[in-house]
Amino acid sequence: MPETAFPNLIPALPEIFLAVAAMLLLMIGVFSREELAARTAGYGSVIVLIVAIVFVGLVAEGRVLTFGGAFVTDPFAVFVKVMTLIAAAAAILMSRSYLEDHKINRFEFPVLVLLAALGMLMMVSANDLIALYLGLELQSLALYVIASFQRDSTRSAEAGLKYFVLGAVASGLLLYGMTLVYGFSGTTNFDVLEKLFADSNAGAPVGVIVGVVFIIAGLAFKISAVPFHMWTPDVYEGAPTPVTALLAVAPKIAAMGLFIRVMTGPFGDLSGQWQQIIIFISIASMVLGAFAAINQKNIKRLMAYSSIGHMGYALIGLAVAGQTGSPAVQSDGLHGMLVYLAIYMVMNLGTFACILLMKKDGRMMEDINDLAGLSKTNPALAAVLTIFMFSMAGIPPLAGFLGKLYVFQSAIQAELFGLAIIGVLASVVGAFYYLRIVKVMYFDQPEDGLDGPISFEMKSILGVMGVVILLFIFLPGPLLSGAEAASAALLPG
Amino acid sequence: MYTAAVFLPLIGSFIAGILTFAGGVANEKTKKKIDRGSQLATVGAMLLAAVAATFAFIDIVVHANTGNVELFTWVSSGTLEFSWALRGDTLALVMLLMVTWISSMIHIYSIGYMSHDKSIPRFMAYLSLFTFFMLMLVTSNNLVQLFFGWEGVGLASYLLIGFWYEKQSACAAAIKAFVVNRVGDFGFVLGIFATFVLFDSISFDTIFGLAEDKSQATMSVFGGDFHALTVICLMLFVGAMGKSAQLGLHTWLPDAMEGPTPVSALIHAATMVTAGVFMVARLSPLFEYSDTALTVVTVVGGSTAIFAATVGCVQNDIKRVIAYSTCSQLGYMFFALGVSAYSAGVFHLVTHAFFKALLFLGAGSVIHAMSDEQDMRNMGGLWRLIPVTYVLMWIGSLALAGVWPFSGFYSKDTILESAWGAGTEVGYYAFWMGIGAAFLTAFYSWRLLIMTFHGESRADEVTLAHVHESPKVMILPLIFLAMGALFVGFLTFDFFVGQHTKSFWGNSLLILDSHPALENAHQSPLWVILLPSVAGVSGITLAYLMYMLAPDLPAALASGFQRTYRFLLNKWYFDELYDRIFVRPCFLLGHGFWKSGDGALIDGVGPDGVASAVRDIARRASALQSGFLYHYAFAMLLGVAALITWFLVARG
Repeated sequence: MPETAFPNLIPALPEIFLAVAAMLLLMIGVFSREELAARTAGYGSVIVLIVAIVFVGLVAEGRVLTFGGAFVTDPFAVFVKVMTLIAAAAAILMSRSYLEDHKINRFEFPVLVLLAALGMLMMVSANDLIALYLGLELQSLALYVIASFQRDSTRSAEAGLKYFVLGAVASGLLLYGMTLVYGFSGTTNFDVLEKLFADSNAGAPVGVIVGVVFIIAGLAFKISAVPFHMWTPDVYEGAPTPVTALLAVAPKIAAMGLFIRVMTGPFGDLSGQWQQIIIFISIASMVLGAFAAINQKNIKRLMAYSSIGHMGYALIGLAVAGQTGSPAVQSDGLHGMLVYLAIYMVMNLGTFACILLMKKDGRMMEDINDLAGLSKTNPALAAVLTIFMFSMAGIPPLAGFLGKLYVFQSAIQAELFGLAIIGVLASVVGAFYYLRIVKVMYFDQPEDGLDGPISFEMKSILGVMGVVILLFIFLPGPLLSGAEAASAALLPG
Repeated sequence: MYTAAVFLPLIGSFIAGILTFAGGVANEKTKKKIDRGSQLATVGAMLLAAVAATFAFIDIVVHANTGNVELFTWVSSGTLEFSWALRGDTLALVMLLMVTWISSMIHIYSIGYMSHDKSIPRFMAYLSLFTFFMLMLVTSNNLVQLFFGWEGVGLASYLLIGFWYEKQSACAAAIKAFVVNRVGDFGFVLGIFATFVLFDSISFDTIFGLAEDKSQATMSVFGGDFHALTVICLMLFVGAMGKSAQLGLHTWLPDAMEGPTPVSALIHAATMVTAGVFMVARLSPLFEYSDTALTVVTVVGGSTAIFAATVGCVQNDIKRVIAYSTCSQLGYMFFALGVSAYSAGVFHLVTHAFFKALLFLGAGSVIHAMSDEQDMRNMGGLWRLIPVTYVLMWIGSLALAGVWPFSGFYSKDTILESAWGAGTEVGYYAFWMGIGAAFLTAFYSWRLLIMTFHGESRADEVTLAHVHESPKVMILPLIFLAMGALFVGFLTFDFFVGQHTKSFWGNSLLILDSHPALENAHQSPLWVILLPSVAGVSGITLAYLMYMLAPDLPAALASGFQRTYRFLLNKWYFDELYDRIFVRPCFLLGHGFWKSGDGALIDGVGPDGVASAVRDIARRASALQSGFLYHYAFAMLLGVAALITWFLVARG
């Protein structure tokens, strides 16, 4: 391939479109009145994200490499990208009234979300360690900024700063791991690395192993898995709630996608080495997520531990994918994991929409006890939140139950019984704090009701998410087949 | 006809049961109607059943038609196979006839007696249900169906004794009856199991047919080999002891007086307590082959007869006196069975049913008149005020004491003569116990009559002012029963135990030739024939002397023989003994299991322990979150270091 050949841009069309659109909205914002700019950027960015989803769908056609093999699109990338973009769009939609209330409704917010989304898409499509790093940093930098978007609030600033410093440490670990891998193998390209490890009979050199551990640590930070989770509760609590909603979903899904690609792709043949680590991280996350959440009074902190736990459940799928010997079981693991992530996305977006509605006299409420008696003051909202909580706790027949069922089932098939048993036990403990929220809403005496009325965007988000969770059991086909295709694309044969 | 007689009470009970639920929401006026409806339904069904039973009796016993009715297959599992079926032989039909008629009278009487109660439909439903289960019991054609009726009777008695469940003592009595019966039932169940082990069947026809072949078989129990039929019979007899309140398992019977008086009458006369007697008679083909079992039955029966009679002499509650007399009379029936005079036992069962029902309902009439006063020390001089009841009580007492020509005379004398005629040591034991009991029976009966109806009135004026004769609806059944107490013995003597006895019973009872007690009874020496009557008359005389002519004598005797008096008054301390041996240790054990076993161990380690452990872990886990940036960064580096170390070490 001649160096000068112009790369094929079609596979990267969604990313290119996002980049151009983000810059365009930035320009519009800079050169127009503040109020108009914010509104244009807000709705514009949602439209841009929707169009990007369309583009992702359009370019989906088998596995295509471009940019000298550093960028890849395949059904897996498409699946994860669509989820990421939906999550980002929903986060922007939810944010408007919050931003207005707190007088921080600036056009930069949606633009930064777009840039973060761009970074996420690049992460998902990365087929080279350098591309991976570029995407990761782009989304991280954008997120650091919006975490401290509420500049007047010390809590928001503290959250942003903590996220930034710890993120930098994680980046350092990642980069260090990448240099080790490059140093011992001589390449950064995933395909070449995969071939290398597949061909060598002696196994990978120690340096590569150490490098892989560092890379795992860096990625585990992004999905806030134990023991790299410490930033999560603080940042979730301090960041403006719509940002938390974004942080809890979109980057998690993208980073999980990246995690899967890295582990099953270039390092797939080293699974004997990393599977133990994933199992450990998975168990630690499930257990900590279950126990630490019990003591929380702030609902955002609680959601932070909840997402730590959910990442642990999702990682079961990755651990199963590391079980060499049976491709069918490996594929089941990935399949379960992707379904789990999709359901996680829906549940979390719905829950955060509810949290964003916890307003009294124009002020945001974050204490769980502020939900007391919600069933009497706002029965519809209480019912919807109950659906989400039951689903998170994994109670049949809601979607959350099926998600857990798939990953546990794959763990059983892979004969990882310990993992499955601990997972079930952890979800029993976890059920406690989800159900406590339901109890507070239905059995405690109401104080003042929450502010109404609920805006159209919120209503539609809550409605759609609630219906998906409720009715998933009747119509799981589309999601399952999408996840099927996605997981099939990753595994050889 | 036969089927109708058995199932009509169930239908009546069902209707009344449904009306019970309707009564809860109705207003005063409709409630009256519902009460009336439930009474009509149950009494009507009961009377129809009695008429049907009469026709069935004429058909099967008099015309000797085959009477077995197969309803449908109940269980068919491996070699265990039996049906719901009605056994049509003389024993079943006699019981059927007696139960339906006496129960009908009690149903009618209840209309008057319970007229002020607030849950009449419930009472009538229970009463009919009780009767149905008893009918199921006496008509069964296999042991399991018998057991079904047996347990059903237990259930219905529990419901009825505890009918006034607001009363603490009624609840306790109901539970006591249920629990004590469970002890007996356990023996019964074991007996059924053992029967199946030995015969591979529990149908009467099969086991009766095989009994002779198996009469030498042995069975291994607790490592030792025992005569199989003895084991089975003794186990079954434990069940009979529970139901029929024999010595040891009798403690529930006096307490059962807590129920409404018609219930006491039903339990004591027609149903429940007679079940044990019936069962032994029904299983005579088994008992006949085990002399040991028969000996046990005789001894227990004789002892119960004298024991209960002594206790009856000092009780002050009018119903309790009659209750102990029942207990004593059941003792007679059992030792009659024990000496193989089954027909005499059943004969006494039938005559006793009439006069005991009469006595109970009469006592109920007294209680009704005295505004629910039951203590005889607060009565006296009532005969002028309630003359009809007075006369009826006299008839009942004469029959109970066995005075010629009342029914009790025929049956009791036959039993005592049979005991003598058995010619065995236990037979003589039972005979002398029976004579003693006859004396005491007459004594306490007249003590009851005199204390209640004669002498100065000891009641307060308010009660006395309200004393009135019972309404017709209560008196008419009493008159019917009084007719029975007068004539049944005389009329049926020849059939039950007299010259027609063989043809009357057909093959429903089996008596081996080696057990000729009943035949010998008819050739008893004169003094044996006269002695029971002498004992009865002297008992009456003594009571008359003590309570009529020298009313201070009883009190003087009681204080003179303090110990004996207390011993009798406290029913030989049976309740206290059981309380010490069984009840209190059970409570202690239960309390121990509850507090230390369930509370400390299971809850403590289980739910509570897990919960507090979770809370503890949760506190520690959230304490990890210090909020300091360098802690977080340090934790991350530590994590990486640990993972790498693990990796390198594991890689080895």
